[in-house]
Amino acid sequence: MSAVPRPAPSCTPDVPPFDLARIRSDFPILGIEVNGKPLAYLDNAASAQMPTPVIDRIVSYQRREHANIHRAVHYLSETATAAYEGARAKVQGFLNAKEEREIIYTSGTTEAINLVMYGYGRKFLGDGDEIIVSQLEHHSNIVPWQMLCGEKGCRLRVIPCDDRGVLDLDAYEKLFNERTRFVAITHVSNALGTVNPVRAMIAAAHARGVPVLVDGAQAAPHIAVDVQELDCDFYCFSAHKLCGPTGMGALYGKAAMLEKMAPFKGGGDMILSVTFEKTTYAPLPAKFEAGTPHIAGAVALGATLDYLARVGMHDIAAWEHSLLEYATRQFETLEGVRIIGTAPEKAAVLSFEVKGVHPHDVGTILNEEGVAVRTGHHCAQPVMQRFRVPATVRASFAFYNTMAEVDQLVAGIRRVQQMFA
Amino acid sequence: MDSKQLYQEVILDHNRKPRNWGRLERASHHAEGLNPLCGDHIWVSLELDGDRVSNVAFEGQSCAICKASASMMTANIKGKSVGEVEQLIREFRDMATGKLDVARQSNHLGRLSVFAGVKDLPSRVKCAILPWHTLHAAFAQQESASTEGDQDPFAASTARGRSA
Ligand SMILES: Cc1ncc(COP(=O)(O)O)c(C=O)c1O
Repeated sequence: MSAVPRPAPSCTPDVPPFDLARIRSDFPILGIEVNGKPLAYLDNAASAQMPTPVIDRIVSYQRREHANIHRAVHYLSETATAAYEGARAKVQGFLNAKEEREIIYTSGTTEAINLVMYGYGRKFLGDGDEIIVSQLEHHSNIVPWQMLCGEKGCRLRVIPCDDRGVLDLDAYEKLFNERTRFVAITHVSNALGTVNPVRAMIAAAHARGVPVLVDGAQAAPHIAVDVQELDCDFYCFSAHKLCGPTGMGALYGKAAMLEKMAPFKGGGDMILSVTFEKTTYAPLPAKFEAGTPHIAGAVALGATLDYLARVGMHDIAAWEHSLLEYATRQFETLEGVRIIGTAPEKAAVLSFEVKGVHPHDVGTILNEEGVAVRTGHHCAQPVMQRFRVPATVRASFAFYNTMAEVDQLVAGIRRVQQMFA
Repeated sequence: MDSKQLYQEVILDHNRKPRNWGRLERASHHAEGLNPLCGDHIWVSLELDGDRVSNVAFEGQSCAICKASASMMTANIKGKSVGEVEQLIREFRDMATGKLDVARQSNHLGRLSVFAGVKDLPSRVKCAILPWHTLHAAFAQQESASTEGDQDPFAASTARGRSA
């Protein structure tokens, strides 16, 4: 497995590299109608839909395998523990982490970033230290670091991007100085789709001894990730963007980093021994998993990764790229539509504005046509400020989308333009 | 509902050609309204002549629903007393949130009832209400209104007295 982002395979197949009809039949929700029209679900960057094998796995877990984990000797507790820990091995495989204990379950990307901020940032950063983030971050990779700045007197430095939404790597290099202590960057921009060259960016930080967290929320669903090849110190993702459950995600951290960090939450399961004088923390990964976790979520995440592996991450990337290219070409035939985010390396995200029409009106009318898109600032207000728009409309594709759904989107936009003409 | 029902010609027309656009130089009351969720941002200014709205204007950046609502609001309230307008504000809010059925219950909304359809689009209700909410803030000498937090129009009480 290789980690160089593979969003732009040289071949962009016109026909899906898999049996698309069969894949779609795995997703019962794709069959619903909205306002009497077939649903075209193009809001996958916000949350992707769940296939039947994953739904079934949640049900079978609850029906036959559930108990609390790590705590009892009875049959069900052991079954549940095996399912929970078995899923961890799948996450390890998915990210190609060296060790299973480097995978910490979290409620999602947001919690993973906060865990690193609390466990690493609060322990190792202090007054005057600098943290580098990019202009393209989701709020969840800005606000925790700002909180740290407020508490410790650190300073946030921002890597700018150009008019295409491509990060300025020269500017990035220049941001480093003797006070730089941490880099937190997104692998793929949720608002624009830009795929950042994180591998080179990590190498640049490491050359200066600075650790790097990569927000993989938008990359993990579309790119075969290899954390060893990237050499990132931390990587995080959310299960729900991968067709898995909400409230579930994972943090990968290099064992040496996780070991020197402070725990995030105190409670049961994260200790070796407790007396009122002293508590000794459990080894990884339990040190970071206080309390009864989302066991069913972890089990479902495991089933999700199995499902994606069966479809194939490379085929997923290839088909999504075809959808993006087709949609981009169609959009270029639409007058008065501006695509925001035109980086050469993009995941299947199309942010745009329709001239003279507010994104919320576009979204409401597209909904009428059965097309689900996201409108707003996409929790990335600095991106909106950079491109001087209050909001955008965003269509984001998953491997189960079809060219016909792109046509449905384009027809919907034409209808918007007619109404507002 | 069909968005055609909401995006009726009247609404599209007011969006294209908003009435009473701008700011009044000698406003006796004014307020700024913000919907941080979607970025709608408007300013309402008005002149009171005794108890009557003698002039009113608005401007801002917003979606069509918000802009048309503001435009029709300004056209509607000129010459009305503060009490009459406050009544309209209540009725408009109740219509948009589905508490007032304009077809069955008596009301003073008239043509403003083209906005009744927003009650089926929860994500757009606040767009329609924002101008009215801002107008209410202007009457109350509050300088700003927001659709979120303690100024949420869905919260029980939103009036926070502050002199201009
Ligand atoms: C790039 C990016 N980072 C972080 C997040 C936050 O993910 P979650 O809400 O699942 O914690 C998202 C989700 O929208 C995202 O797109």
